[in-house]
Amino acid sequence: MNPPPTATALAPDPITTTAEAVTAAPDLPDILPPVKPRHGLVGFMRRHPAVAVGGALVLTMLLIALLAPWLGTVDPTALAPARRTREPSAAFWFGTDMLGRDIYSRVLYGTRVSLTVGFSVAILASLAGLAIGLVSGYIRWADGFIMRVMDGLMSIPPILLAVALMALTRGSVGNVITAITIAEIPRVSRLVRGVVLSLREQPYVDAAVAAGTRTPMIILRHILPNTLAPMTVQATYVCASAMIVEAILSFIGAGTPPTVPSWGNIMAEGRALWQVKPYIVFFPSVFLSVTVLAVNLLGDGLRDALDPQLAKRL
Amino acid sequence: MLTYVIRRILATIPVMAIVALFVFSLLYIAPGDPAAVIAGDQATPADVERIRASLGLDRPFLVRFGEWVWQILNGNLGTSIFTNLPVAAMIAQRIEPTLSLMAVTLVFAVSIAVPVGVIAAWKADTLVDRAIMLFAVLGFSVPVFVVGYLLAFVFALQLDWLPVQGYTPLSEGLWPWFENLILPAVALGCVYIALIARITRAAMLEVLQQDYIRTARAKGIGEAGILFIHALKNAAVPIVTVIGIGIALLIGGAVVTETVFAIPGIGRLTVDAILRRDYPVIQGIVLLFSFVYVLVNLLIDLVYVVLDPRIRY
Repeated sequence: MNPPPTATALAPDPITTTAEAVTAAPDLPDILPPVKPRHGLVGFMRRHPAVAVGGALVLTMLLIALLAPWLGTVDPTALAPARRTREPSAAFWFGTDMLGRDIYSRVLYGTRVSLTVGFSVAILASLAGLAIGLVSGYIRWADGFIMRVMDGLMSIPPILLAVALMALTRGSVGNVITAITIAEIPRVSRLVRGVVLSLREQPYVDAAVAAGTRTPMIILRHILPNTLAPMTVQATYVCASAMIVEAILSFIGAGTPPTVPSWGNIMAEGRALWQVKPYIVFFPSVFLSVTVLAVNLLGDGLRDALDPQLAKRL
Repeated sequence: MLTYVIRRILATIPVMAIVALFVFSLLYIAPGDPAAVIAGDQATPADVERIRASLGLDRPFLVRFGEWVWQILNGNLGTSIFTNLPVAAMIAQRIEPTLSLMAVTLVFAVSIAVPVGVIAAWKADTLVDRAIMLFAVLGFSVPVFVVGYLLAFVFALQLDWLPVQGYTPLSEGLWPWFENLILPAVALGCVYIALIARITRAAMLEVLQQDYIRTARAKGIGEAGILFIHALKNAAVPIVTVIGIGIALLIGGAVVTETVFAIPGIGRLTVDAILRRDYPVIQGIVLLFSFVYVLVNLLIDLVYVVLDPRIRY
């Protein structure tokens, strides 16, 4: 690939020539070795630092969630009225709340709720959005109806939609996941539909149709694999958004039940006291922001790596 | 042009119908039987049936839906279960703080985000651009209530420059009103700024590559003139679109911001209604905000015709 260095390219610049430059020149090989991009995971991470940083942070959070019981935590729901609202100290790293519960333990266990909701919503909304988008994009007569319904759902602000759905049911992690998934599906469906609409114009799809391939097989073998890259990127954004919406729902009292230690719940409980005991609100805020930032970085990195066209547009 | 306007207006009707159907279904499947509540503990099943018939609750779903839509078209959003006040009146009472907050945020966010996005595109792939885009990712990632608490802690509690919480009606003076809205508007605006700045940058990058920009430079027009007059005009359509779509973020974020800053607006009404399971109020708020959102985006679609004369459907 590299053109052999010509005489003019190697000729020392007469103005800046120094003794070293002259002696160094003969050591140069006639043909520079091609720069070999590093393959494998390491090379990928080097070319996409956002993926590396985001991925590492997400992995850390995942480990915190899994190892919460062994990270010096106590029962996050254990009440101890005798030691209410203690400031952060060696005994209580993040302090205690107004019921004497250890905030460090609650925040660490809260990681589980946030990641469960984020990952579940990302997977469920992607699967549902993929199915709806594929059908809508490939089966023309269904498109008009499905997209009008999606437009309708999309015109309800997502947080209000989730609030309205949560008002109907008891607060539980499962219901929070369902409500946020329903609010996220229209966006994913629209994205998949857009991708499918451009893919179905591709010559290889025409070729498959001409060869007599059945529609389900075309969708499965020719369309679906090409939607996966933009879907993966979208799924990370859905995950980040779901974690924020979960925290917001819990914060305003429409999310996980108060017995579950989630970051939104801890902040909701610290709300009344935040002017005198700001640390109660502070620690879950930091964890929430860092986690969402990590997922967003991962998403941006994956977008640049997997979907260069979209990367150029944003 | 007139056909485009009419067709665009007609296209919102099915969308609004689906929103209405969805919101009505919420109330329809909401737990709790209003007839049983009204009849009380001593009522026999026959009594409950009679009350249900007198309220019209025994009629088919579509009949009740039709009647409900008719009521809404007449401005009747139902009655709160908790306060027995009309929902429309309760919303009207609380609308001023929310509208004020959203208006201030909108003006603040757009006036920051558009120039910042333009500068990022102008300085594309430099340190300035990277820094701006990093802030955009931060804006997307740090939730509105976190920003809110942080701002209130620094500027109200520590520095004591601005009030911590609360709201002063506009009728009590411009500055007291504005002073209370600065911190909430900045907090609420963060995500919105990130969103608009990103789209502005993307749209500007595309426009700045075009031939007429080179022509303008060759003519000796200053950079500012090229960026903000020649280029921004042609990048306007996606920017205006995202400003409209982002209104949904403002509506959702207002609920949280009002809770953090103790602003007695629709957001607080929503939170109270959730705690009391006051379905008609929740329903009324969702319906109202969705319609506002649809109308704002309809207006923006109509503005396209002015911004880009090529748009003719």
